[in-house]
Amino acid sequence: MWTRSVVVLWLAAAVRLAAQSPTYGVGRPPTPEEIRGLGSAIAPDGEGLPEGSGTVAAGREVFAAQCSRCHGPNGDGNVGPVLVGGQGTLRSPRPLKTVGSYWPYATTLWDYINRAMPFDQPGLLKPPEVYAAVAYILNLNGIIREDHVIDATSLPKIVMPNRNGFIPDPRPKTRNRKTN
Amino acid sequence: MGAAAGAGLLVPYRDALALDTPGKLGTPLGPYGERSPFEKAVRWRRDTKTPETGSSFTPIQDSVGTLTPSSLHYERHHSGIPTIDPAQHRLVIHGLVERPLSLSMEEIRRLPSVTRILFLECGGNSGSEWADKTGVDVQRSYGLLSGSEWTGVPLSLLLAEVGVKPGASWVIAEGADACRMERSIPLSKAMDNSLLAFGQNGEAIRPAQGYPLRLINPGWEGNTNVKWLHSLKVTNQAYMARDETAKYTELMPDGKAWIFTYEMDAKSVITFPSGGQTLPRRGPYELTGLAWSGRGTIERVEVTLDGGRSWVNARLHEPRLPIALTRFRLPWRFDGREAVIASRAIDDTGYVQPTREALIAARGTNSNYHFNGIKFWIVRADGTVTNVDA
Repeated sequence: MWTRSVVVLWLAAAVRLAAQSPTYGVGRPPTPEEIRGLGSAIAPDGEGLPEGSGTVAAGREVFAAQCSRCHGPNGDGNVGPVLVGGQGTLRSPRPLKTVGSYWPYATTLWDYINRAMPFDQPGLLKPPEVYAAVAYILNLNGIIREDHVIDATSLPKIVMPNRNGFIPDPRPKTRNRKTN
Repeated sequence: MGAAAGAGLLVPYRDALALDTPGKLGTPLGPYGERSPFEKAVRWRRDTKTPETGSSFTPIQDSVGTLTPSSLHYERHHSGIPTIDPAQHRLVIHGLVERPLSLSMEEIRRLPSVTRILFLECGGNSGSEWADKTGVDVQRSYGLLSGSEWTGVPLSLLLAEVGVKPGASWVIAEGADACRMERSIPLSKAMDNSLLAFGQNGEAIRPAQGYPLRLINPGWEGNTNVKWLHSLKVTNQAYMARDETAKYTELMPDGKAWIFTYEMDAKSVITFPSGGQTLPRRGPYELTGLAWSGRGTIERVEVTLDGGRSWVNARLHEPRLPIALTRFRLPWRFDGREAVIASRAIDDTGYVQPTREALIAARGTNSNYHFNGIKFWIVRADGTVTNVDA
């Protein structure tokens, strides 16, 4: 038993060592500027969220200035999709899928606004403006109260109405041949 | 042969070359080829106020063989096509790795590469078929589909190079387009057969297809094949990006939605004769179409000429490759009688392409994505071809 443990430990160390020696030696470590040039990918647990915060009141102004021309003054949709309503419709013949009725994570809203909005100038908004826009859209959907402040700590704690609305792909796992 | 050549040796001089009208030189040689001006097939797209986002559909009714010209490959963009100088483009691999790396295109192209012929299909292809009124022609209803030869470096090779840390389970892929398109890819797929592709159909990938670097996930819905790839972040969780939660999920009648539905199931469609076409006369034709499966190789394609009462095996063009377009054909005589025609594919997992009715019975009509139902066309007595709702 003791011997086997040692072998297992030795094997684990060997695998780790193997993983530590690159075969081709291409590339170099990314610079901080390069990392900053990538989108900030935000995990559902909040990993990646920057400093800053936003209120519903501040978000109302951001929304009016940057979002309403496509999404309508109250998020009712126009050129851009409707952002509000639809809760309770997912089982109906005409479901309305919105941030409020469908999106499972509030962090996704931050991530998407930050990387992709406004449509014609993605990346325009600074983190406090993104937090504020998120707060306003969540408030429009009745998910947070007017006085709720959104930041890196509070955002991942928000439980979206459709948080448990998703199930992993249940299609039959047919014989899926490795083909490479 | 020798006798014939000998017998034909003495040709009257006026028939040897001289013509009533002397020959005229054609156009000079050129540096980059164009198709014949008589060929008119083009992609189709809806008019929109935001032309930087949307889809353009491959004219598969005009396709021949199994590859799609890069210039006719379907498109689905979210914030326009970026113009990227490959000398400036870098791929950053970071997150849960021993050695984060930034690689130039030149360095990526120095690594061992592979070439694969694969189909690529948008997860939303045929989404219009869920509706009461199905698509009128094959381009608009099945044309978010193309076939290409892709050349690139296996992602597994570079993941070994950076050293994936214990506990890692996902790779977050991000494009360098304006919206920084993002998808979460399970590490198991990345290690299995994902490619970092720089070549398409014998040349550099076209800008609209991800120049200079695109993630290729064989058999998986198009959206996961992130274009203009500039970041791969290795993580211990899916990031629940907008395009894997709000979009590319399938809402079922019970209000629950399927998430992470990656593989494109077996599917086929007749491209000739198909909706909008007209058979000019009675007589012999070759009925033809395309079949494909994200789970393997097309084993068989069956065709019905009588609305699904009886099915016969079509001939398949060879070679049949896994996760690639397979062309089928069936000699057929149009005798002026109405025919209701369709195809169904069977792949080497044994999966049989379902009817539209079976799909709707299982999933309702609000799941948007992954429609792979059988498509019927009606060849009318006058030779016109329509969809069945027409």
